[in-house]
Amino acid sequence: MSDYFCASGVRRARHTLLGGLLVALTCGSVLADQNPRDPYEGFNRAMFATNEVIDKYAAKPVAQVYDNAVPLPVKASVGNFFGNAGDLWIGVNSALQGKFGDAGIDLGRLLVNSTVGIFGLFDVASELGLERHDEDFGQTLAVWGVDGGAYLYWPVLGPRNVRDTVGFAVGAYADPVRQVRPVSVRNSMAALRFVDIRASLLPSDRVVEEAALDKYAYIRDAYLQRRRNQVFDGRPPRLDD
Amino acid sequence: MMKKLFALLFASFVVCAAYAQEAPDVLVQRVTDDVLEIIRKDKEIQNGDTHKVIELVEKKVLPNFNFTHMTALALGKEWRKASPQQQQQLTAEFKTLLVRTYANALTGYKNQKVVYKPFKMAAADTDVLVRTEVQQPGNKPVQLDYSLEKLDSGWKVYDVVVAGISLVSNYRDQFGQEVRNGGVDGLIASIAAKNKSLESGQKK
Repeated sequence: MSDYFCASGVRRARHTLLGGLLVALTCGSVLADQNPRDPYEGFNRAMFATNEVIDKYAAKPVAQVYDNAVPLPVKASVGNFFGNAGDLWIGVNSALQGKFGDAGIDLGRLLVNSTVGIFGLFDVASELGLERHDEDFGQTLAVWGVDGGAYLYWPVLGPRNVRDTVGFAVGAYADPVRQVRPVSVRNSMAALRFVDIRASLLPSDRVVEEAALDKYAYIRDAYLQRRRNQVFDGRPPRLDD
Repeated sequence: MMKKLFALLFASFVVCAAYAQEAPDVLVQRVTDDVLEIIRKDKEIQNGDTHKVIELVEKKVLPNFNFTHMTALALGKEWRKASPQQQQQLTAEFKTLLVRTYANALTGYKNQKVVYKPFKMAAADTDVLVRTEVQQPGNKPVQLDYSLEKLDSGWKVYDVVVAGISLVSNYRDQFGQEVRNGGVDGLIASIAAKNKSLESGQKK
Protein backbone atom coordinates (compact mmCIF):
# COMPACT_ATOMS: atom_id res chain seq x y z
CA MET A 1 0.00 0.00 0.00
CA SER A 2 2.61 2.48 1.05
CA ASP A 3 4.63 1.38 -1.93
CA TYR A 4 1.75 2.30 -4.11
CA PHE A 5 1.47 5.76 -2.57
CA CYS A 6 5.15 6.20 -2.79
CA ALA A 7 5.20 5.26 -6.43
CA SER A 8 2.29 7.49 -7.24
CA GLY A 9 3.94 10.27 -5.29
CA VAL A 10 7.04 9.89 -7.38
CA ARG A 11 4.92 9.72 -10.45
CA ARG A 12 3.09 12.85 -9.38
CA ALA A 13 6.34 14.60 -8.67
CA ARG A 14 7.58 13.58 -12.06
CA HIS A 15 4.40 14.89 -13.64
CA THR A 16 4.80 18.18 -11.85
CA LEU A 17 8.41 18.37 -12.95
CA LEU A 18 7.52 17.56 -16.54
CA GLY A 19 4.64 20.00 -16.36
CA GLY A 20 6.96 22.65 -15.01
CA LEU A 21 9.45 21.97 -17.77
CA LEU A 22 6.68 22.13 -20.34
CA VAL A 23 5.47 25.42 -18.92
CA ALA A 24 9.00 26.74 -19.02
CA LEU A 25 9.37 25.59 -22.61
CA THR A 26 6.05 27.06 -23.66
CA CYS A 27 6.75 30.35 -21.92
CA GLY A 28 10.08 30.48 -23.68
CA SER A 29 8.36 30.08 -26.99
CA VAL A 30 5.79 32.75 -26.23
CA LEU A 31 8.28 35.29 -24.97
CA ALA A 32 10.91 34.88 -27.64
CA ASP A 33 10.72 36.21 -31.14
CA GLN A 34 8.77 33.68 -33.16
CA ASN A 35 11.13 31.51 -35.14
CA PRO A 36 9.40 28.39 -36.48
CA ARG A 37 12.71 26.55 -36.50
CA ASP A 38 13.39 27.35 -32.85
CA PRO A 39 10.13 27.28 -30.85
CA TYR A 40 11.89 27.14 -27.46
CA GLU A 41 14.31 29.93 -28.17
CA GLY A 42 13.93 31.58 -24.76
CA PHE A 43 14.74 28.37 -22.90
CA ASN A 44 17.53 27.53 -25.35
CA ARG A 45 19.17 30.90 -25.01
CA ALA A 46 19.24 30.48 -21.24
CA MET A 47 20.88 27.05 -21.62
CA PHE A 48 23.28 28.50 -24.16
CA ALA A 49 24.34 31.19 -21.71
CA THR A 50 24.91 28.52 -19.05
CA ASN A 51 27.01 26.49 -21.42
CA GLU A 52 29.09 29.48 -22.41
CA VAL A 53 30.07 29.88 -18.76
CA ILE A 54 30.87 26.17 -18.31
CA ASP A 55 32.92 26.24 -21.46
CA LYS A 56 34.77 29.42 -20.64
CA TYR A 57 35.85 28.33 -17.18
CA ALA A 58 36.17 24.57 -17.50
CA ALA A 59 36.03 22.83 -20.87
CA LYS A 60 37.89 25.32 -23.01
CA PRO A 61 40.86 25.99 -20.69
CA VAL A 62 41.44 22.25 -20.27
CA ALA A 63 41.23 21.73 -24.02
CA GLN A 64 43.70 24.57 -24.58
CA VAL A 65 46.20 23.10 -22.14
CA TYR A 66 45.82 19.71 -23.83
CA ASP A 67 46.21 21.24 -27.27
CA ASN A 68 49.36 23.14 -26.34
CA ALA A 69 51.03 20.50 -24.19
CA VAL A 70 50.48 17.34 -26.20
CA PRO A 71 52.57 16.81 -29.35
CA LEU A 72 50.70 16.38 -32.60
CA PRO A 73 51.43 12.66 -33.20
CA VAL A 74 50.01 11.83 -29.76
CA LYS A 75 46.93 13.98 -30.36
CA ALA A 76 46.45 12.31 -33.72
CA SER A 77 46.69 8.88 -32.10
CA VAL A 78 44.16 9.84 -29.44
CA GLY A 79 41.78 11.02 -32.17
CA ASN A 80 42.42 7.87 -34.19
CA PHE A 81 41.86 5.61 -31.18
CA PHE A 82 38.43 7.03 -30.40
CA GLY A 83 37.65 7.21 -34.09
CA ASN A 84 38.38 3.50 -34.33
CA ALA A 85 36.23 2.73 -31.30
CA GLY A 86 33.46 4.66 -33.02
CA ASP A 87 33.72 2.84 -36.34
CA LEU A 88 31.72 -0.14 -35.07
CA TRP A 89 28.71 2.02 -34.24
CA ILE A 90 29.13 3.88 -37.53
CA GLY A 91 29.03 0.52 -39.31
CA VAL A 92 25.88 -0.51 -37.44
CA ASN A 93 24.21 2.73 -38.46
CA SER A 94 25.33 2.40 -42.08
CA ALA A 95 23.69 -1.04 -42.08
CA LEU A 96 20.54 0.25 -40.37
CA GLN A 97 20.28 2.84 -43.14
CA GLY A 98 20.59 0.12 -45.77
CA LYS A 99 24.08 1.19 -46.84
CA PHE A 100 25.62 -2.27 -46.64
CA GLY A 101 28.61 -1.40 -48.81
CA ASP A 102 29.48 1.41 -46.42
CA ALA A 103 28.90 -0.87 -43.44
CA GLY A 104 31.39 -3.35 -44.93
CA ILE A 105 33.95 -0.59 -45.27
CA ASP A 106 33.32 0.55 -41.69
CA LEU A 107 33.91 -2.96 -40.36
CA GLY A 108 36.94 -3.35 -42.63
CA ARG A 109 38.31 -0.14 -41.13
CA LEU A 110 37.73 -1.47 -37.63
CA LEU A 111 39.55 -4.72 -38.44
CA VAL A 112 42.50 -3.08 -40.18
CA ASN A 113 42.95 -0.29 -37.65
CA SER A 114 42.54 -2.54 -34.60
CA THR A 115 45.26 -4.88 -35.85
CA VAL A 116 47.69 -3.28 -38.29
CA GLY A 117 46.88 0.12 -36.81
CA ILE A 118 47.79 -1.14 -33.30
CA PHE A 119 44.51 -0.86 -31.36
CA GLY A 120 43.40 1.99 -33.55
CA LEU A 121 46.27 4.34 -32.70
CA PHE A 122 47.05 4.70 -36.41
CA ASP A 123 44.47 5.19 -39.10
CA VAL A 124 45.99 2.77 -41.59
CA ALA A 125 42.62 2.15 -43.23
CA SER A 126 42.36 5.74 -44.47
CA GLU A 127 45.82 5.41 -46.01
CA LEU A 128 44.52 2.32 -47.79
CA GLY A 129 41.63 4.33 -49.17
CA LEU A 130 38.95 3.03 -46.80
CA GLU A 131 37.29 6.33 -46.01
CA ARG A 132 35.72 7.03 -42.65
CA HIS A 133 32.00 7.62 -42.82
CA ASP A 134 30.01 9.97 -40.71
CA GLU A 135 26.98 8.18 -39.29
CA ASP A 136 25.13 8.12 -35.99
CA PHE A 137 21.74 7.00 -34.72
CA GLY A 138 20.20 10.45 -35.12
CA GLN A 139 20.95 10.24 -38.85
CA THR A 140 19.55 6.71 -38.95
CA LEU A 141 16.30 7.97 -37.44
CA ALA A 142 16.23 10.74 -40.04
CA VAL A 143 16.72 8.23 -42.86
CA TRP A 144 13.86 6.20 -41.37
CA GLY A 145 11.68 9.26 -41.75
CA VAL A 146 11.66 10.57 -38.18
CA ASP A 147 11.16 14.32 -38.11
CA GLY A 148 13.82 16.46 -36.43
CA GLY A 149 11.45 17.96 -33.89
CA ALA A 150 12.18 21.10 -31.96
CA TYR A 151 15.68 22.51 -31.71
CA LEU A 152 17.07 22.25 -28.20
CA TYR A 153 20.20 23.54 -26.56
CA TRP A 154 21.45 21.27 -23.79
CA PRO A 155 24.02 22.22 -21.17
CA VAL A 156 27.35 20.44 -21.89
CA LEU A 157 25.89 18.48 -24.83
CA GLY A 158 25.13 21.61 -26.81
CA PRO A 159 22.75 21.83 -29.75
CA ARG A 160 20.57 18.80 -30.54
CA ASN A 161 17.06 18.64 -31.85
CA VAL A 162 14.68 16.11 -30.30
CA ARG A 163 15.57 13.42 -32.83
CA ASP A 164 19.30 13.85 -32.32
CA THR A 165 18.86 13.88 -28.55
CA VAL A 166 17.27 10.42 -28.80
CA GLY A 167 19.97 9.41 -31.26
CA PHE A 168 22.63 10.61 -28.86
CA ALA A 169 21.11 8.67 -25.94
CA VAL A 170 21.00 5.44 -27.95
CA GLY A 171 24.54 6.07 -29.22
CA ALA A 172 25.77 6.67 -25.68
CA TYR A 173 24.19 3.37 -24.61
CA ALA A 174 25.94 1.52 -27.46
CA ASP A 175 29.24 3.31 -26.84
CA PRO A 176 32.07 0.74 -26.47
CA VAL A 177 33.88 3.01 -24.01
CA ARG A 178 30.92 2.47 -21.65
CA GLN A 179 31.88 -1.22 -21.38
CA VAL A 180 35.42 -0.51 -20.24
CA ARG A 181 36.27 -1.61 -16.71
CA PRO A 182 37.42 -0.63 -14.13
CA VAL A 183 35.12 2.33 -13.97
CA SER A 184 38.00 4.72 -13.24
CA VAL A 185 39.63 3.83 -16.57
CA ARG A 186 36.31 4.18 -18.33
CA ASN A 187 35.78 7.62 -16.84
CA SER A 188 39.30 8.73 -17.74
CA MET A 189 38.74 7.58 -21.30
CA ALA A 190 35.44 9.41 -21.55
CA ALA A 191 37.06 12.55 -20.17
CA LEU A 192 39.99 12.29 -22.58
CA ARG A 193 37.61 11.86 -25.48
CA PHE A 194 35.64 14.92 -24.40
CA VAL A 195 38.83 17.00 -24.18
CA ASP A 196 40.01 15.69 -27.54
CA ILE A 197 36.73 16.67 -29.19
CA ARG A 198 36.71 20.08 -27.51
CA ALA A 199 40.31 20.68 -28.57
CA SER A 200 39.49 19.80 -32.17
CA LEU A 201 36.91 22.59 -32.08
CA LEU A 202 39.31 25.26 -30.82
CA PRO A 203 40.20 26.64 -34.27
CA SER A 204 36.54 27.18 -35.12
CA ASP A 205 35.92 29.08 -31.85
CA ARG A 206 37.60 32.19 -33.11
CA VAL A 207 35.87 31.99 -36.47
CA VAL A 208 32.44 31.79 -34.84
CA GLU A 209 33.34 34.52 -32.37
CA GLU A 210 34.37 36.83 -35.22
CA ALA A 211 31.84 35.90 -37.84
CA ALA A 212 28.64 35.88 -35.80
CA LEU A 213 26.41 38.87 -35.30
CA ASP A 214 24.48 36.72 -32.82
CA LYS A 215 26.52 33.74 -31.66
CA TYR A 216 23.49 31.77 -30.49
CA ALA A 217 21.74 32.08 -33.86
CA TYR A 218 24.95 31.44 -35.75
CA ILE A 219 25.55 28.16 -33.92
CA ARG A 220 21.91 27.10 -34.21
CA ASP A 221 21.78 27.66 -37.96
CA ALA A 222 25.16 26.04 -38.46
CA TYR A 223 23.97 22.99 -36.50
CA LEU A 224 20.76 22.70 -38.54
CA GLN A 225 22.64 23.01 -41.83
CA ARG A 226 25.35 20.59 -40.80
CA ARG A 227 22.94 17.89 -39.65
CA ARG A 228 20.97 18.18 -42.86
CA ASN A 229 24.21 17.75 -44.78
CA GLN A 230 25.14 14.68 -42.70
CA VAL A 231 21.74 13.05 -43.18
CA PHE A 232 22.18 13.40 -46.95
CA ASP A 233 25.81 12.19 -46.73
CA GLY A 234 27.30 15.45 -47.90
CA ARG A 235 24.98 15.92 -50.86
CA PRO A 236 21.82 17.60 -49.61
CA PRO A 237 19.26 18.62 -52.22
CA ARG A 238 19.36 22.32 -52.86
CA LEU A 239 16.94 24.50 -50.96
CA ASP A 240 15.30 26.96 -53.32
CA ASP A 241 15.63 30.58 -52.35
CA MET B 1 61.82 37.95 -86.74
CA MET B 2 58.30 38.63 -87.84
CA LYS B 3 57.50 34.98 -87.42
CA LYS B 4 58.83 34.99 -83.87
CA LEU B 5 56.83 38.06 -82.95
CA PHE B 6 53.73 36.54 -84.41
CA ALA B 7 54.32 33.32 -82.50
CA LEU B 8 54.76 35.30 -79.29
CA LEU B 9 51.59 37.25 -79.91
CA PHE B 10 49.72 34.09 -80.69
CA ALA B 11 51.04 32.36 -77.58
CA SER B 12 50.02 35.23 -75.33
CA PHE B 13 46.61 35.26 -76.94
CA VAL B 14 46.19 31.55 -76.24
CA VAL B 15 47.31 32.05 -72.65
CA CYS B 16 44.83 34.90 -72.17
CA ALA B 17 41.99 32.93 -73.69
CA ALA B 18 42.78 29.91 -71.57
CA TYR B 19 42.91 32.12 -68.50
CA ALA B 20 39.55 33.72 -69.20
CA GLN B 21 37.93 30.36 -69.68
CA GLU B 22 39.67 28.66 -66.80
CA ALA B 23 37.37 25.90 -65.61
CA PRO B 24 35.86 26.41 -62.15
CA ASP B 25 37.59 23.42 -60.58
CA VAL B 26 40.94 24.50 -62.03
CA LEU B 27 40.35 27.99 -60.67
CA VAL B 28 39.60 26.74 -57.16
CA GLN B 29 42.62 24.48 -57.15
CA ARG B 30 44.97 27.14 -58.51
CA VAL B 31 43.91 29.76 -55.98
CA THR B 32 43.89 27.33 -53.05
CA ASP B 33 47.32 25.95 -53.87
CA ASP B 34 48.67 29.45 -54.41
CA VAL B 35 47.39 30.78 -51.11
CA LEU B 36 48.39 27.74 -49.06
CA GLU B 37 51.86 27.79 -50.56
CA ILE B 38 52.30 31.40 -49.49
CA ILE B 39 51.00 30.71 -45.99
CA ARG B 40 53.24 27.69 -45.60
CA LYS B 41 56.28 29.88 -46.25
CA ASP B 42 55.18 32.92 -44.28
CA LYS B 43 56.09 32.82 -40.60
CA GLU B 44 54.31 36.10 -39.84
CA ILE B 45 51.01 34.80 -41.15
CA GLN B 46 51.43 31.58 -39.22
CA ASN B 47 51.95 33.63 -36.09
CA GLY B 48 48.62 35.30 -36.67
CA ASP B 49 49.53 38.54 -38.47
CA THR B 50 45.96 39.45 -39.43
CA HIS B 51 46.86 42.43 -41.61
CA LYS B 52 49.24 40.42 -43.70
CA VAL B 53 46.84 37.57 -44.28
CA ILE B 54 44.00 39.96 -45.11
CA GLU B 55 46.28 41.56 -47.67
CA LEU B 56 46.94 38.13 -49.14
CA VAL B 57 43.25 37.28 -49.28
CA GLU B 58 42.41 40.63 -50.86
CA LYS B 59 45.02 40.15 -53.55
CA LYS B 60 44.58 36.48 -54.38
CA VAL B 61 41.12 35.41 -53.30
CA LEU B 62 38.81 38.42 -53.57
CA PRO B 63 39.00 38.89 -57.34
CA ASN B 64 37.41 35.45 -57.64
CA PHE B 65 34.42 36.19 -55.42
CA ASN B 66 31.11 37.85 -56.23
CA PHE B 67 30.28 39.63 -52.99
CA THR B 68 27.17 41.33 -54.30
CA HIS B 69 25.61 37.96 -55.00
CA MET B 70 26.73 36.65 -51.61
CA THR B 71 25.18 39.59 -49.81
CA ALA B 72 21.96 39.31 -51.78
CA LEU B 73 21.72 35.62 -50.84
CA ALA B 74 22.38 36.31 -47.18
CA LEU B 75 19.71 38.99 -47.05
CA GLY B 76 17.09 37.07 -49.04
CA LYS B 77 13.85 38.82 -50.01
CA GLU B 78 14.79 42.11 -48.39
CA TRP B 79 17.58 42.59 -50.91
CA ARG B 80 15.30 43.77 -53.68
CA LYS B 81 13.56 46.22 -51.37
CA ALA B 82 16.86 47.82 -50.39
CA SER B 83 18.05 50.92 -52.24
CA PRO B 84 21.13 50.61 -54.49
CA GLN B 85 23.05 52.64 -51.96
CA GLN B 86 22.04 50.35 -49.10
CA GLN B 87 22.96 47.34 -51.21
CA GLN B 88 26.36 48.83 -51.84
CA GLN B 89 27.03 49.71 -48.20
CA LEU B 90 25.82 46.35 -46.97
CA THR B 91 27.97 44.50 -49.49
CA ALA B 92 31.02 46.50 -48.43
CA GLU B 93 30.51 45.82 -44.70
CA PHE B 94 29.66 42.16 -45.21
CA LYS B 95 32.74 41.76 -47.37
CA THR B 96 34.96 43.20 -44.66
CA LEU B 97 33.45 40.81 -42.12
CA LEU B 98 33.79 37.74 -44.33
CA VAL B 99 37.33 38.57 -45.42
CA ARG B 100 38.48 38.93 -41.84
CA THR B 101 36.82 35.69 -40.76
CA TYR B 102 38.16 33.79 -43.73
CA ALA B 103 41.63 35.26 -43.37
CA ASN B 104 41.84 34.34 -39.71
CA ALA B 105 40.65 30.83 -40.44
CA LEU B 106 43.62 30.60 -42.81
CA THR B 107 46.16 31.56 -40.15
CA GLY B 108 45.07 28.43 -38.29
CA TYR B 109 46.17 26.38 -41.27
CA LYS B 110 48.98 24.14 -40.11
CA ASN B 111 48.98 20.43 -40.77
CA GLN B 112 45.99 20.18 -43.02
CA LYS B 113 45.97 18.91 -46.57
CA VAL B 114 43.43 19.90 -49.20
CA VAL B 115 42.16 17.15 -51.49
CA TYR B 116 40.19 17.97 -54.64
CA LYS B 117 37.18 15.79 -55.37
CA PRO B 118 36.47 14.60 -58.91
CA PHE B 119 34.61 17.30 -60.81
CA LYS B 120 32.26 17.00 -63.74
CA MET B 121 30.24 19.68 -65.49
CA ALA B 122 28.39 20.14 -68.74
CA ALA B 123 29.72 22.77 -71.14
CA ALA B 124 26.52 24.77 -70.78
CA ASP B 125 26.54 24.88 -66.95
CA THR B 126 26.65 28.35 -65.44
CA ASP B 127 26.32 27.34 -61.79
CA VAL B 128 28.48 24.60 -60.31
CA LEU B 129 29.73 23.18 -57.03
CA VAL B 130 33.44 22.42 -56.69
CA ARG B 131 34.07 19.97 -53.88
CA THR B 132 37.21 19.72 -51.80
CA GLU B 133 38.11 18.13 -48.53
CA VAL B 134 40.45 19.29 -45.81
CA GLN B 135 42.25 16.39 -44.18
CA GLN B 136 43.89 16.72 -40.79
CA PRO B 137 45.72 14.13 -38.70
CA GLY B 138 43.54 12.48 -36.04
CA ASN B 139 40.39 14.30 -37.08
CA LYS B 140 37.59 13.62 -39.47
CA PRO B 141 38.12 15.24 -42.86
CA VAL B 142 36.15 18.44 -43.34
CA GLN B 143 34.13 18.96 -46.48
CA LEU B 144 34.86 22.33 -48.09
CA ASP B 145 32.80 23.18 -51.16
CA TYR B 146 32.61 26.28 -53.35
CA SER B 147 29.56 27.39 -55.32
CA LEU B 148 30.57 29.20 -58.49
CA GLU B 149 28.63 31.02 -61.16
CA LYS B 150 29.73 31.94 -64.65
CA LEU B 151 29.89 35.66 -65.34
CA ASP B 152 31.32 37.55 -68.31
CA SER B 153 34.48 38.10 -66.28
CA GLY B 154 34.88 34.38 -65.63
CA TRP B 155 33.81 32.01 -62.86
CA LYS B 156 33.14 33.64 -59.49
CA VAL B 157 32.57 32.07 -56.10
CA TYR B 158 29.28 33.09 -54.48
CA ASP B 159 29.19 30.70 -51.55
CA VAL B 160 31.58 28.67 -49.43
CA VAL B 161 30.20 25.59 -47.72
CA VAL B 162 32.14 24.19 -44.75
CA ALA B 163 31.01 20.77 -43.48
CA GLY B 164 27.67 21.39 -45.13
CA ILE B 165 27.33 24.82 -43.53
CA SER B 166 26.84 27.52 -46.13
CA LEU B 167 28.62 30.58 -44.81
CA VAL B 168 26.14 32.74 -46.68
CA SER B 169 22.88 31.02 -45.67
CA ASN B 170 24.10 30.93 -42.11
CA TYR B 171 23.56 34.70 -41.95
CA ARG B 172 19.95 34.52 -43.17
CA ASP B 173 18.25 34.47 -39.78
CA GLN B 174 20.68 36.91 -38.19
CA PHE B 175 20.21 39.37 -41.04
CA GLY B 176 16.45 38.88 -40.90
CA GLN B 177 16.49 39.58 -37.17
CA GLU B 178 18.49 42.78 -37.60
CA VAL B 179 16.26 43.98 -40.43
CA ARG B 180 13.13 43.35 -38.33
CA ASN B 181 14.64 45.35 -35.50
CA GLY B 182 16.20 48.27 -37.34
CA GLY B 183 15.66 47.95 -41.07
CA VAL B 184 18.42 47.47 -43.59
CA ASP B 185 20.21 50.52 -42.20
CA GLY B 186 20.16 48.91 -38.77
CA LEU B 187 21.73 45.79 -40.25
CA ILE B 188 24.43 47.82 -41.98
CA ALA B 189 25.15 49.61 -38.69
CA SER B 190 25.42 46.30 -36.75
CA ILE B 191 27.87 44.78 -39.19
CA ALA B 192 29.87 48.02 -39.27
CA ALA B 193 29.99 48.03 -35.45
CA LYS B 194 31.09 44.38 -35.46
CA ASN B 195 33.83 45.17 -37.97
CA LYS B 196 34.99 48.09 -35.90
CA SER B 197 35.18 46.09 -32.69
CA LEU B 198 37.16 43.34 -34.47
CA GLU B 199 39.51 45.94 -35.90
CA SER B 200 40.18 47.55 -32.54
CA GLY B 201 40.39 44.21 -30.74
CA GLN B 202 43.16 43.24 -33.06
CA LYS B 203 45.33 46.28 -32.38
CA LYS B 204 45.71 45.31 -28.75
